[in-house]
Amino acid sequence: MNQTIDFDSVSVSRRVVDALRLDPVLLALLLILAAFGSMVLYSASGADYAAMIRQMTRIMVAMLLLVATANIPLRMMRNISVWLYLGGIGLLVAVILFGEVGKGAQRWLDLGFIRFQPSEILKLAVPMVVAAYLADRVLPVGLKELIVSTIMVLIPVVLIARQPDLGTAILVGSAGFFVLFLAGVRWKIIIGTGVLLSAMTPLLWKFGLHDYQRNRILTLLDPESDPLGSGYHIIQSKIAIGSGGIYGKGWLNGTQSQLDFIPERSTDFIFSVFGEEFGFFGSVVLILIYLAIIFRGLYIAGHAEDNFGRLLAGALSLTFFVYLFVNTGMVAGMLPVVGVPLPLVSYGGTSMVTLMMGFGLIMSIRSAKRFLV
Amino acid sequence: MSKREHLKDDFLEHRLIRRRLVLSAVVIVAMLSLVIGRLYVLQVVEYDHYVTLSDSNRIRIKALPPTRGLIYDRHGVVMADNLPAYRLEIVREQVDDLDETLERLRQYVEFDDQDLKRFKQASQRRRPYESVALKLNLNDEEVARLAVNLHQFEGVEINARLTRNYPLGAHAVHALGYVSRIDERDLGEVDEVEYAGTTHIGKLGVEKFYEKELHGKVGVQQVEVNANGRTLRVLSETPPVQGSNLYLTIDSRLQRIAEQAFGDMNGAAVAIDPNNGEILALVSMPVFDPNLFVNGISYDNYNALRDSPDRPLFNRALSGQYPPGSTTKPFYGFAGLELNVTTADEETYCPGYYRLPNEPRKYRDWKKGGHGHMNLHDAVTQSCDVYFYDLAYRLGIDHMSEFMQQFGFGQKTGIDSTGERSGLMPSREWKRGAEGMPWFPGETLITGIGQGAVLVTPLQLADSIAAFAERGTRYRPRMVKAIEKIPDYTRVESEPVVAGQYEIQKEINWEHVHKAMINVVHGLRGTAHRIAQGLDYQVAGKTGTAQVFGIAQDEEYDEDEVHEKLRDHALFVAYAPADQPRIAVAVIVENGGHGSSVAAPIARRIMDAYLLEDT
Repeated sequence: MNQTIDFDSVSVSRRVVDALRLDPVLLALLLILAAFGSMVLYSASGADYAAMIRQMTRIMVAMLLLVATANIPLRMMRNISVWLYLGGIGLLVAVILFGEVGKGAQRWLDLGFIRFQPSEILKLAVPMVVAAYLADRVLPVGLKELIVSTIMVLIPVVLIARQPDLGTAILVGSAGFFVLFLAGVRWKIIIGTGVLLSAMTPLLWKFGLHDYQRNRILTLLDPESDPLGSGYHIIQSKIAIGSGGIYGKGWLNGTQSQLDFIPERSTDFIFSVFGEEFGFFGSVVLILIYLAIIFRGLYIAGHAEDNFGRLLAGALSLTFFVYLFVNTGMVAGMLPVVGVPLPLVSYGGTSMVTLMMGFGLIMSIRSAKRFLV
Repeated sequence: MSKREHLKDDFLEHRLIRRRLVLSAVVIVAMLSLVIGRLYVLQVVEYDHYVTLSDSNRIRIKALPPTRGLIYDRHGVVMADNLPAYRLEIVREQVDDLDETLERLRQYVEFDDQDLKRFKQASQRRRPYESVALKLNLNDEEVARLAVNLHQFEGVEINARLTRNYPLGAHAVHALGYVSRIDERDLGEVDEVEYAGTTHIGKLGVEKFYEKELHGKVGVQQVEVNANGRTLRVLSETPPVQGSNLYLTIDSRLQRIAEQAFGDMNGAAVAIDPNNGEILALVSMPVFDPNLFVNGISYDNYNALRDSPDRPLFNRALSGQYPPGSTTKPFYGFAGLELNVTTADEETYCPGYYRLPNEPRKYRDWKKGGHGHMNLHDAVTQSCDVYFYDLAYRLGIDHMSEFMQQFGFGQKTGIDSTGERSGLMPSREWKRGAEGMPWFPGETLITGIGQGAVLVTPLQLADSIAAFAERGTRYRPRMVKAIEKIPDYTRVESEPVVAGQYEIQKEINWEHVHKAMINVVHGLRGTAHRIAQGLDYQVAGKTGTAQVFGIAQDEEYDEDEVHEKLRDHALFVAYAPADQPRIAVAVIVENGGHGSSVAAPIARRIMDAYLLEDT
């Protein structure tokens, strides 16, 4: 977006944005983030021009889908949410039956012309269907609504966790439960569940986790204990970030990154490249951009016309935060290694498309109010 | 619950959602502050620490592969150890132009496309600055030539690494198995961390079955390297732990004698201690040299082995499935007595053939003129087919099948090795399932003499005869006697496991069959009488001949005219000493003709070697 002082051109671009039913603030922030992301990616991929072009193409495609989503009337969204949800569950079952195995987990479905992960659909469908279910009911949610919603969330979460894809399961689960949280689940239930879960932690530890997942958590507590496995990722990632200092080593100058020490450096660990090359200062700026995006989403949620819009926009924004927190926490050695990308920056198309469509939904929620009035 | 709560009130609900949104925003800020705080610690507070690590940039982590455990026979004779071998290794990061370097290397060492392919595969899964082997087994000349010129090759190293070696060569290869280079398929099955740096993995036999025990624990070394990647000093080291040593139940001396007894004949022999299931010898002939496989066998060698009509790579003892022929007769006789279908005294007349009621087809006896009047004892001793056609007809396939399964027929024994097959004990259900056909009475008859669909492995045959010798107690066959844990060298003995227990109805029934089997060897008319000469102990046994192809009704089988590959298989099963069995043996000689003439003498040599230690 070209910001000029010419009044006419400002109003023209403003009119275009309005006509496309977009939110200018959110759009600007997303574009800044995408520009940042492409730059880091260029460095992280070892100055691979082609990789950056591919990523920018993905951003363009995802942006087009954002515009398309933003123009679907909210009422229609609400009506199709059940079908989207049921279809997503059907595809998850199809993945179990005929899915392709990639990197030891069964996540992909090959339709001949396109290969995709049905779990992505649920990232949007789950908050949509729960929000649609609760929107007409009296808030704060009663016990019956709480139980029905919880079941609606847990079915896809269990299916995805079994693939196994812990990262996506966490994201889908949080999206669903954020809707419930915003819909006013009583504090004694929230606290009670929290206490119950912590009491069950030893059981979960023993029976609920795969060996590799247990190892990742143990590795986090003591990376030196497993320097050949995931501990290596954490050690190298910490060295990269730490050696960035306040201002960083400069774009394309990160020695850790450029010398191949960081594994998955263009996907899940791209933040360590960023931290090394742009330092503490750059990292804080990046986090503030994310924070601005999240806050804009929460603002739209707070000013939405009806409960469906409020709950959905709020839950999507909070889920976006979970992406950010889990990824940066993992890279900085605070959380175990879970496969969650840095949103809109990590290399790869699947999560990018889902995220942008999510922001399309948020924009559609905003325009529903503006154009109704 | 007040009435107000049942009505929708958008104002109150909007306020509720807004409150929760604000609360979320506060939590988000708090949590992101945590992340920023963490970054502050890493990038500002501990900056000096990390920048030193990064600047010296040269701290690398190396995996130290463990030494593979050794394999001994039951008396401590080494069957598999590790010898240093020189390897040509390349560190990819230190080579500017890989293709050019490889081209120049060809002047000093030979390597083929296969080596290159493996090198590329291994390169994919190594960590940065880890060396990858291009060629595993350099000879002295190559080492000498390369060592002098190594300065021309940045990033190329010659390293001595311990490599699996089988000092006995081809001897016992089918019992041991072998190791070979790790390939893509193996990688899916192992923990990548534990195998970082490991180049070989058990592919077959005991080497594969006990891979976990033999492999050991990987070690780690933190080293400091210079700008070119050469190691300057070791910063810290966790040494690897050698894999456990295995003591096999195999007696290598017995194994060798058994292999030699075959001469140039093909076949298999299994010797078991019936008191505990320990495998004393496991022979499959012909054999091959496992050392060929360790460092990647050449295409020519492999093709020669694979295409040989004698099929040396095929482990006949565990994977070979043969018709058991008359070796099953003692079991059917035992079944007849135990199920009260016949008595020891009842006689059947053998005219040289058998006919089912209302069927024209003649089921022939191997003896053209017939055996005359036969009771159970004589029928086992002389291996009369007609007696067993009749007995089978009266037992019926359901009883036969059920009885034989109690002695392990048609099931895997569960031996601790790889490649075992289950054989086949036919039944009505099996035939309906496998062929969609009903069971015909004629099939019951030929099953009664161990022909038709029934198949056994040599291991199964030895296992079943051992169970008979132990009066119904069947132990799971075991290859490993003890595991010696490193580093403290504690020895864990493996315990006998009872795999099945047949409860005998009347001891006298067992005695009848047992005596008949002694008579097979020691009786004047016994089919294995020729091995009785000079025996210092009593043997109970049974010969068998398995048809490889069917003969038409009116044709004669003439041994001399039939092509060698179509000649009958010769079988012999036995246990000795008969009163206090210490060894049970099953021998199959492919296309050997009669059991009595070729298989029984091999069994005797094995039993002699074991029972008369100093022979």
